[in-house]
Amino acid sequence: MIQYLLLQGFQMMLVLAVAPLLIGIVRKVKSRLLCRIGPSVFQPYRDLIRLARKDVVVAHNASWLFLVTPYIVFSAIWVAAALVPTYALGLIFSWSADIIVIVGLLALARFFQALAGLDVGTAFGGIGTSREMMIASLAEPAMLMIVFTLSLLAQSTQLSSIAHYMMTVDVGLRVSCGLALLGLVMVAIAENGRIPVDNPATHLELTMVHEAMILEYSGRHLALIELAAALKLTLYLSMLVCVFLPWGMALNGAGTLTLVIGVGVYLSKMAAGGTALALLEVTVAKMRVFRVVDFLNFALMLGLLAALLLFVSRSI
Amino acid sequence: MFLPFVLCLVPFLFAAGLLVTPVASRSWASFALYGVCLGVTCLLLAVGVLGLAAAGEGAPPQLMRLPLGLPGAGVGFRLDSLSAFFLIVVNFAASAASLFAIGYGRHEHAPGRVLPFYPVFLAGMNLVVVANDAYSFLFSWELMSVASWFLVIAHHRERENRRAGYVYLIMAAISTQALLITFGLLSDFGRVLDFEAIRTSPHAVDIARLAVLAAVIGTGAKAGLVPLHVWLPLAHPAAPSHVSGLMSGIMTKVAIYGLVRIVFDLLGPPEWTWGAGILFLGGITAVVGVLYALMQHDLKRLLAYHTVENIGIIAIGLGLALAFRANGFALGAALALTAALFHVLNHSLFKSLLFFGAGAVLTATGERDLERLGGLIRGMPVTAFCFLVGSAAISALPPLNGFVSEWLALQAILISPELPQWILKFLVPMVGAGLALSAALAAACFVKAFGIAFLGRARTVAAERAVETDRTSQAAMLILVAACVLAGLFPGMVVDALAPVVTMLVGSHLPVQSSNPWLTLVASTPERSSYNGLVLMVFIALSALLPALGIYGLASRKLRRAGAWDCGYPETSSATQYTAASFAQPIRRVFASVVFSASEQIDMPLPGDARPARLTLGMKDPVWTVLYRPLVETVNAAAAVVGRARTLSIRQHLSLVYAVLILLLVVLALWQ
Repeated sequence: MIQYLLLQGFQMMLVLAVAPLLIGIVRKVKSRLLCRIGPSVFQPYRDLIRLARKDVVVAHNASWLFLVTPYIVFSAIWVAAALVPTYALGLIFSWSADIIVIVGLLALARFFQALAGLDVGTAFGGIGTSREMMIASLAEPAMLMIVFTLSLLAQSTQLSSIAHYMMTVDVGLRVSCGLALLGLVMVAIAENGRIPVDNPATHLELTMVHEAMILEYSGRHLALIELAAALKLTLYLSMLVCVFLPWGMALNGAGTLTLVIGVGVYLSKMAAGGTALALLEVTVAKMRVFRVVDFLNFALMLGLLAALLLFVSRSI
Repeated sequence: MFLPFVLCLVPFLFAAGLLVTPVASRSWASFALYGVCLGVTCLLLAVGVLGLAAAGEGAPPQLMRLPLGLPGAGVGFRLDSLSAFFLIVVNFAASAASLFAIGYGRHEHAPGRVLPFYPVFLAGMNLVVVANDAYSFLFSWELMSVASWFLVIAHHRERENRRAGYVYLIMAAISTQALLITFGLLSDFGRVLDFEAIRTSPHAVDIARLAVLAAVIGTGAKAGLVPLHVWLPLAHPAAPSHVSGLMSGIMTKVAIYGLVRIVFDLLGPPEWTWGAGILFLGGITAVVGVLYALMQHDLKRLLAYHTVENIGIIAIGLGLALAFRANGFALGAALALTAALFHVLNHSLFKSLLFFGAGAVLTATGERDLERLGGLIRGMPVTAFCFLVGSAAISALPPLNGFVSEWLALQAILISPELPQWILKFLVPMVGAGLALSAALAAACFVKAFGIAFLGRARTVAAERAVETDRTSQAAMLILVAACVLAGLFPGMVVDALAPVVTMLVGSHLPVQSSNPWLTLVASTPERSSYNGLVLMVFIALSALLPALGIYGLASRKLRRAGAWDCGYPETSSATQYTAASFAQPIRRVFASVVFSASEQIDMPLPGDARPARLTLGMKDPVWTVLYRPLVETVNAAAAVVGRARTLSIRQHLSLVYAVLILLLVVLALWQ
């Protein structure tokens, strides 16, 4: 019992520790690709510590909701990220939430984040919130359609079971799988506000979304929100690799060596994923905000098509 | 054993309505009346709980016949698990509404138009769910409609409310007419009115299809299925807020009860086409309802449109259950029906809560328009908290109750590839996408509703000076908040309580949840899917605690207040904030340009031109333009033709009567 709890606790700490590093890797690779040296990969940790040490400055009219939102956002995303299998399958609390719940937890975080954006009553907060909810209203159904596809394939909505299915059963080249992969990548880009949907490096641009919403935050609150954003990126990347590249994960009740290998494989997969993201970001240009709609509609159609294919191809 | 209690308690409501009429304008009348209603509905709630518990232990349905109504026939009543469940739904929200009204009702400026009808409305809804023959069902249904109509036109001096009352009256008439046809078809043209006899007699395929169609129209017009929803967003907001809560929260559920009773219980084994039809309507209703809601900036109307969306979600569950049952998948039918009934309970809780919140805002500020509110979280912290929980619950966010029913519905969709019919194979994933879309849009809609009304800076003096509502109203809202949270954290208990209802209707039920470790909710098998709201809540609490402790131990705890940052250009006027319309603009551009053919006309004066810039927004409601307007025009044209008969001479009149007589005789002769 204790060792199972330890494994679960280790997973929670692992995602928390990896998240800023992932951001650091993406930034470093991007800088190198743009012929700059760029900050160290550990810079995000230093940024977080610096932010946490600063005083918080809050607008006069900010309500209690503004003050508790960073904690809610951070904890919801952290729990969601810890529920995605990283280095091992079938951890002790994996049954408490399936992939639909993970989508729900992300929606919870977004709901509060959006409300906090409206709390101070500034135009920038409003613009960010309004656009974030527009993007979410398309990205969330797209995500759920992809969830449908994966669950129909694996006959389960538990991420652990889906990963296990992908690992053990010879899935082969299935059209639905390919559509779902492409759709999930697109949703992940949109949900994390990466180029071409949003630009995390700037907040003085008319197309900004996420950065506008959190404009009024400072100090430790901002640190929590930044960490939550990093965790969200980690979550999506973990989900992508656990479903589509599940190899190297430790199975239920595996020995210590397998677990250590699992952690190593996970870390290298994340590094590779971060590099791929950086590559993508330097090769495409940022879209106009209403072009995002087409982008996400495409993701939604992919998801719907993938699910439809499974519905009609199921033999009775 | 419990049924007589229901029939003894309901007359108290009638008596209360009658006795309060002469003294309605006294200051104590509203307190006394709502107190009596609170007591009676609490007792009825207890009867419902006991009845459902007894049904869970296998007690047979209780029947009673009273020598009232039609001569010789009497009226029948029945209390089975379905009735008991709906008694709980109706009376829990009704008692909360009565408690809320003890405080809220004091602000009523025309109590004589509200007080007498309120208990009659409650009595009507209670009688519908225990009625056991066509006569008593329709009588109670009409009682409910008429009483609620009086409540809708309580504030009849506003032109909008009179129009709402007019449209409501027409739609209620259509609803009852359709139900009359349903029962006519089912009762073998009026020969057997008793539900027991209808249940056992066989129905021809075509008759059953027609009966389902009429039942969907009859109950759908009351519940607000698109395209029969047009009256709902007009009528619900017109009534006083606690009554709006009742109409949206439970009268629509009584309509759902009617549909379930007729289609699942009285008609016998279903066909899959019924399921497909209801599923299709449900999918359309869910998406269109929430889109309508997003375009509104009247708080109560927004909530009313959201009721339409939730009715759609319930209809999706019911349609799926019918499709599964027709194909003999008992577990799938049980899952889908559980999802639908769970959502019935959930919606009655959070919609009442939200309407009470809107009522509190209305009393405090005199405003329903979101564009004239703002910053209420400072003046009304308790109301804001309650409205926030209600918003999160209705947006299907874990770990609250709305998420559980949504999760169950999605699980039901995920096992539906087993259904053999091709139409269903295409329809179900589409409906699934619609369900996902409506959930995401609902979250956007409630970010708008809560964010614009309660957050930001006050847009008017009235909003600036708003003070918290009274204690009893707060208590009513907090009770509903607690119910939303508990139903979300312990969903297994609700699912277990629903088991006898589901067993009675589809012959199977979900696995018993109380034996699951850690109170986990399991839809079919633990390998397939499970959800545990409680563990999730504990996890969230713990992981929020950790950074809090870390910050208080290691990092800076200082908090400084200053002016808003706003990228260095803070603007003091509260008019620079985002409004409800500007918040919805991106979504309007994406969706409404298709559905409502929304158009924007921008008139921007050139530099140097002193006239103000203008933005004109055009929107068309497709249901009105495509369906109702042509219908009304046809009716008017027909009436004009018939109207000409009034000016005929007496000779022409007589020959007309004679011709009709001949025609009828010929028809009769051919029929025989």
